[in-house]
Amino acid sequence: MSPLEKGFLLLAVVKMIAVFSMVMVGVALLTLMERKVAGWMQNRPGPNRVGPMGILQPAADGIKNFIKEETRPVSANSFLFLLAPALSFIPAVMLIAVIPLAAPLPVDFDTVLPLIGRVAYHGLMPIAVADLPIGFVFILAFSSLGVYGIALAGWSSNSKYSLIGGLRASAQLISYEVAMGLSLIPLLLISGNASFSDIIARQQQGLWFIMPLFLSFFVFLISGFAETNRLPFDLPEAESELVAGYHAEYSAMKFSLFMIAEYAHIVTVAAMVATLFFGGWDIPFTHWDERGGLLQTIVTHGFFFAKMFFWIFFVMWIRWTLPRFRYDQLMAVGWKILLPLSLGYIMVIAIAIQVIEHGFGWTDPRAEGLSLFVLNLVLGWLVFWVLDSGRVVRGIAPRARSAAASGRGN
Amino acid sequence: MAIGVKVMKRPSDEVSYIRATLKGMALTFKHMFQARVTMEYPEAKSTDDWRIATRWRGTHRMMTDEQGRSKCVACGLCPQVCPANCIKLVPGEDEKGHRYPLIYEIDEFRCVFCGYCQEVCPEEAIHVGVHYENAEYSRDRFVYDLERLQAQTHPVSTLWDPADPRGQ
Repeated sequence: MSPLEKGFLLLAVVKMIAVFSMVMVGVALLTLMERKVAGWMQNRPGPNRVGPMGILQPAADGIKNFIKEETRPVSANSFLFLLAPALSFIPAVMLIAVIPLAAPLPVDFDTVLPLIGRVAYHGLMPIAVADLPIGFVFILAFSSLGVYGIALAGWSSNSKYSLIGGLRASAQLISYEVAMGLSLIPLLLISGNASFSDIIARQQQGLWFIMPLFLSFFVFLISGFAETNRLPFDLPEAESELVAGYHAEYSAMKFSLFMIAEYAHIVTVAAMVATLFFGGWDIPFTHWDERGGLLQTIVTHGFFFAKMFFWIFFVMWIRWTLPRFRYDQLMAVGWKILLPLSLGYIMVIAIAIQVIEHGFGWTDPRAEGLSLFVLNLVLGWLVFWVLDSGRVVRGIAPRARSAAASGRGN
Repeated sequence: MAIGVKVMKRPSDEVSYIRATLKGMALTFKHMFQARVTMEYPEAKSTDDWRIATRWRGTHRMMTDEQGRSKCVACGLCPQVCPANCIKLVPGEDEKGHRYPLIYEIDEFRCVFCGYCQEVCPEEAIHVGVHYENAEYSRDRFVYDLERLQAQTHPVSTLWDPADPRGQ
């Protein structure tokens, strides 16, 4: 191997270890954050017994899960039963590999290391484990792989609750996968590339995609919730109906793997929302962050983390606000609202881009973004009018008054 | 529509989803900054909102006189009235003719904490206590003997008084 290849591999391994350990520690802390947020939203202090402010609670939970008894139902298919947690855990953790976590870092070294030999690297190092040119497709592919783990867990446990949970998970994830994938097509139409670094670069030139592609964001956010199996889409586990759904028969670390997978999915969805719609590591209103350098990398990582953290918090916020869907309502939302919405939106955006770029000849990303933003204001207003019977736009008072006038209001 | 799902006829033009969600989120967010209502038990045992009732009937306490002897005269009324049959009393008598309990044991596991023993006691010797921290490492520690009953220091229950039915 040439020194350059060795240098690339060395950096990749270092990044891999760093990102993996960050995700695992982050996921552990997220379980604490979830319980803290739950507590605060219910006027409770949340866990505060282990360590200062309960900060060591995840460690205590981890140790507890390691020393708990591993149970296995007698009639379970033991091979698949063991395989399922791994199958749901691995894709969830792999997803974070392609997301750029900060501005690329200029790296330049040429040195001789013991055991490895001469290693060298020149140029910008992307702060992502793998800056794939098809990163976007990779995410869609691997996020849908997670359903195998869940469906297998439900089926191999040989328990009715688990089976129903597994079936629900597969139906739900497949339905929302469609809407999720389609909702991102307009984004590809604008950026013209499936690599995350190019999507971020396009957002730096123009507007963050939340503005020109608001409805994409809306659909993506909802299907993202469905992908993470979180409330209000937690029908696969639905503890009030299905005990614990697909992981009802799991204990100890195998159960923990499902939890880790769920939180890793939250991290991924939050990171994707931040990357695809909020400019990734971009710092708004300045081009300082694109110059490259160690300080830029650190600061942009801070910005990326802040955006991601907000969306992680948002996921928890929603969880403690909304109740669970009924199953047929869930399917109706997926197939009857989100799918037609995203399909129609692709049409509209495709036509709009054609008109803007070739009709008006505005190829500047900012002008294009702004004109799409104006279009989205109108579209968003219309969609919310239809979806919400005009209430979000018109307010509650005229409705109540007309209801009272017609004698139905009470 | 799934089989057998009862569909309510709702005024669909008055149903709000997004607005309702936003309102709910505003509410939960507001709650994050409100005062916590949790009483953190081992540190705080009572707050302004909650303290243990004076008529709480917990584990027993035997009152003692000035010489530190139990007030019990072994009359046998409390084992007689006890509905759970949890009091074991063996009476004894000293040379001056004073009756006293040779054995006085209460099985707190059998006890139903009705408080009849306190009510029936002519000497105001046995009482149920305002007390709830009773953890022990073994079951046999829950048979309280006379010495242990006397050693308790917690406040005793105020029984229901017909003259003051609301406990004021």
